[in-house]
Amino acid sequence: MLKEEREFLAVFNFSYLNIQPSCKDKGKEQWDKNQDSETEMGNKQTIFTPEQLDAYQDCTFFTRKEILRLFYRYRDLAPQLVPLSYINKPDVKLPYELIGSMAELKDNPFRQRIAEVFSEDGEGNMTLDDFLDMFSVLSEMAPRDLKAYYAFKIYDFNNDDYICKSDLEKTVNKLTRNELTPEEVSLVCDKVIDEADQDNDGKLSVEDFQHMIVRAPDFLSTFHIRI
Amino acid sequence: MELLGCCFEVQSVTTSFKLSSATHGNALKDLMEDAHKDDNLDTRATSRVGIEVDNEEGSAAESEDDDKESEKEKKVTAKTRRGNARGRARKDSEEEEETRTAGQHRQRNRRAQRKQAGNEDSDSDGESCKNKKNRENQISKQQEPNEDGEEDNKGGRKGRGKNETKQGKKPDEKGKKEKDNKKKDKKKNGSSSSDSDSEEEPITEEELAKLKEEVEEKKKLIATLRNKPWQMKKKLDVLKEAQLFVEKFEGALGKGKGKKFYAYKVMMTKKWMKFQRDFENFKTACIPWEMKIKEIESHFGSSVASYFIFLRWMYGINMILFGLTFGLVMVPEVLMGKPYGTLPRKTVPRGEERTAMNFATLWDFSGLAQYSVLFYGYYNNQRTIGWLKFRMPLSYFLVGVGTIAYSYMVVIRTMARNANEEGGGDDTSFNFSWKMFTSWDYLIGNPETADNKFASITTSFKEAIVEEQENRKEENIHLTRFLRVLANFLALCTLAGSGYLIYFVVRRSQKFALEGLDNYGWWERNEVNMVMSLLGMFCPTLFDVISSLENYHPRIALRWQLGRIFALFLGNLYTFIIALMDEINLKLEEEKIVKYNMTIWEASLYNGTISENATAPPIQVDPADIPRGPCWETMVGQEFVRLTISDTMTTYITIIIGDFLRAVFVRFFNYCWCWDLEYGFPSYSEFDISGNVLGLIFNQGMIWMGSFYAPCLPAINVFRLHTSMYLQCWAVMCCNVPHERVFKASRSNNFYMAMLLFILFLSTLPAVYTIVSIPPSFDCGPFSGKTRMFEVISETLENDFPSWFGKVFNYASNPGLILPFILLMVLSIYYLNATSKSYKEANLDLKKKLQSQAEENKKRNKQKAQQSREMEENSLEAKPKQQGSKQDSAADQGAQKGRGDKESKKKTSHQQEASPSQQHGPGPNAHYSLHGRGGSLAPPSHIAVTRPPVPRGYGMPGYSPRNPRFEGFPGGHPRMPRGTPNYR
Repeated sequence: MLKEEREFLAVFNFSYLNIQPSCKDKGKEQWDKNQDSETEMGNKQTIFTPEQLDAYQDCTFFTRKEILRLFYRYRDLAPQLVPLSYINKPDVKLPYELIGSMAELKDNPFRQRIAEVFSEDGEGNMTLDDFLDMFSVLSEMAPRDLKAYYAFKIYDFNNDDYICKSDLEKTVNKLTRNELTPEEVSLVCDKVIDEADQDNDGKLSVEDFQHMIVRAPDFLSTFHIRI
Repeated sequence: MELLGCCFEVQSVTTSFKLSSATHGNALKDLMEDAHKDDNLDTRATSRVGIEVDNEEGSAAESEDDDKESEKEKKVTAKTRRGNARGRARKDSEEEEETRTAGQHRQRNRRAQRKQAGNEDSDSDGESCKNKKNRENQISKQQEPNEDGEEDNKGGRKGRGKNETKQGKKPDEKGKKEKDNKKKDKKKNGSSSSDSDSEEEPITEEELAKLKEEVEEKKKLIATLRNKPWQMKKKLDVLKEAQLFVEKFEGALGKGKGKKFYAYKVMMTKKWMKFQRDFENFKTACIPWEMKIKEIESHFGSSVASYFIFLRWMYGINMILFGLTFGLVMVPEVLMGKPYGTLPRKTVPRGEERTAMNFATLWDFSGLAQYSVLFYGYYNNQRTIGWLKFRMPLSYFLVGVGTIAYSYMVVIRTMARNANEEGGGDDTSFNFSWKMFTSWDYLIGNPETADNKFASITTSFKEAIVEEQENRKEENIHLTRFLRVLANFLALCTLAGSGYLIYFVVRRSQKFALEGLDNYGWWERNEVNMVMSLLGMFCPTLFDVISSLENYHPRIALRWQLGRIFALFLGNLYTFIIALMDEINLKLEEEKIVKYNMTIWEASLYNGTISENATAPPIQVDPADIPRGPCWETMVGQEFVRLTISDTMTTYITIIIGDFLRAVFVRFFNYCWCWDLEYGFPSYSEFDISGNVLGLIFNQGMIWMGSFYAPCLPAINVFRLHTSMYLQCWAVMCCNVPHERVFKASRSNNFYMAMLLFILFLSTLPAVYTIVSIPPSFDCGPFSGKTRMFEVISETLENDFPSWFGKVFNYASNPGLILPFILLMVLSIYYLNATSKSYKEANLDLKKKLQSQAEENKKRNKQKAQQSREMEENSLEAKPKQQGSKQDSAADQGAQKGRGDKESKKKTSHQQEASPSQQHGPGPNAHYSLHGRGGSLAPPSHIAVTRPPVPRGYGMPGYSPRNPRFEGFPGGHPRMPRGTPNYR
């Protein structure tokens, strides 16, 4: 365990050294300082190229600052694993255990689903891109349709593009921490299908879900993570 | 035939371009480089146009004698193959996202064409498609005669363009692309230009416009990229490509400010949202006890929370009442009125001086407290006080009236608003779904909050389940009815019995009082109080037992319970008022005697010292020694204050003993007891909603009745509500258990409000009666010396207003004017009531209609699904027939086209030609635009039939081309046909 860590540290130091020449113009003190203060604007070139930052800004609902902050959040989850430079697009993935332990997700009953839906491999292991993507969709700037699309995916536990009864049961049990009796759960699920199923196929398709969710008064305010 | 084949090839080039954005982008890059090199816009445009026209020739299979032209043709075929292959591969690998991009490109192009075509904004693609074909036919016909002239023009133009740009091949490629995008429009342009004999200029402009449009499209793509549900990698790729495109073209068109502006806009929206969010937070933070109530609601359900919300509302009202009395009556009197000890009414009488500061006396609100600013008697009848000339008696009177008026206004307004909310009703059609999918707040990042949220979601589910079960419950209706009638009968009997008992006891006590209480023992003296508290103790329990007979929904049961206990408490009120009136009458009689004695005392005072010398200064007698009247107003005020205090104490003691000690006992003695205390007999107490609500309401009634005579009463009540809020919140959370059946409170507290209004009405009656018909005390209070309290108004009118105002007022108060006015008001109330009723009915009707429509829709969808399933089964046989027949609805057309496309992939081009020509008559070029294009594009359509053919707004014919692609959930239903193929 300790050895591994040391190895990581070594890797990290290496990359650290590698990067340093690229920010020659800045003093080492500032470099160190920037490492501490997350929102410092001066060091953005060292983590991302301006083009990268612009691209991320175009692809997410975040500003430069927020992207950097998110990067640091990401990096704080595993400082040994994540390099301080993304100029070369390193292929780093953080395991779900780390992602799920974030304060924003820790108490969310659907954290695993969220991670799975947004991760590229579908197992909750996230790259920085996935990470940014996730918080972009869950930010308050994201439009209702986008949110609804991902909400559907989150609640579709078995990934079959339909929310069927087993998905609903899982959702209810997660929401109530198994405090409802099985009869109650099944009653609730039946009611949901009865209400939202427009084409009577016994499961909710994306259109059904969309139809239902656009009328919900507080979907936008609740499906949203502030970071 | 050869020509046709050629056409088809070109056609598929188009499709391949549309499909593979990458090809598009690369080719465009070359094109862009050229464009960059040239600074002269016009020249460039001309060259481009020329090339395009060239291409058109090729595509229209005109004669091609140019070498370059043939070269290009070769390239085109190569491209075609490549493009087709790529398209197929993509389809095979089922990369839906890719297809979607392709679809977007396609759509964008189509949109551009539509715009060009001008007035073709009909909703259904099928229709516009037909139109286009027709137009195309016409155009081609027109074109034939003008061919020669056109050629000349083209040749000249082309040559010029090439010479000027000096880059032959690259523009060629570019031209190809442009042509691919807008082949038909060009044809139209060409024909129109030839018809009107116009020169390059209009075409150039159009070209420019087109380019601009395309750049705009790309820009829009960049702007909306973040709205796309793609993986980040994909987004980055698309972004890069689009940016390259825009960069080059924007350089050409000299437009680069859009992005900055957009960034600025985004920043501003973000700032605005942040501000809004903060403001919202601030607003919620300003609502007192919001978090406490939310917490209680999450554990005990909305019914218990409704009590606390009601309590908070009462607190608000009492704050205002307190502000009124404190600011306009008490503070001016303290600051500007004569100080304590200057007047008899402001001094403790000699006899009481010894005990005036004792705690027991103060606790009883007599002694010093009685002769303080807290009570009516302290105020002087001086018309104006202080340097402000503050009109104290007038202010006192107006505040008293204003308190009542304000309370009426607020209660009624709240009721009306609540009724409105109720009337509007919440849409319960997705009750459970919303609970399931939107109840979790993703913002929660704190374990404690999360626990609360889990509890609240569970509670809300339970509430909803109870509602649902109540809806479903079907029992023996006759039995229930009988039981309910029986229960009501029993309740009525109880009420009548207790009513009679109260009446009897009160009469008896009056008799005792007349005979003098000294002859009777403790029981006789306290009979009324004892009976009242015994009734108050046992009757609610009895009602509870009775209500279990009725088997109502808990919410309705609560209402019945409230109503019954309310009726019982009215008896309480009745006895209280009777006792009070007796007391007042006694005091009035006493006053007469005192008045008589006073004159004697004064006379003796003057006689004893200096006789018959009026000019001598009055003898200085200590105000404490002057005899004084009983001052019934202060007595009434004291009564109310005492009652409020004792009520508060009782409530608190009940909470501490009944809830807290019981909970402690149950909790800790459970370890060493013979049976399970927690689930057995004593158990923990539930929160008594009805008792608490009624306590609150009756207490408020006391405040309204008494605040005229004791200005301190609102202050005391504010204090009481404040402490009881904290105490009860704490007690609920720590010693109570949730109700067995957690039920949802009605959204509005209107039932509580109705009771409050009733109590307000009842409590204004005695207050108004005493103000209007009992003469004020002669030696205390702001109205002393007047025969009635309201005379202060006429006095002010006489002294402080011009004389004409008094006259007007006199006329206005003439019954001849007032009666018609009242009549008018009654009429308008009647009218408004009638209209509101009719609106309500209309509302209900609409609701019903909506509901039935939704059900119908569901049914129809089901039918359609079935139909399409059947159609799928028969699709192979049915297809040729359907293709021949004419379709009515755009939906059918769309579905069928999908099918046709699928077929066209498999079969030869011969078949493709056949169907459109059958539909639209013989047109030489009519066909190749139709299926050749969509053929390689359209997704497999087998799902198109398992789903209803027209999902509104999902890329089907009803889908407006202006909307960005995402609106319709592109990724959500991958096997849906993505819009109609690109018909031209």
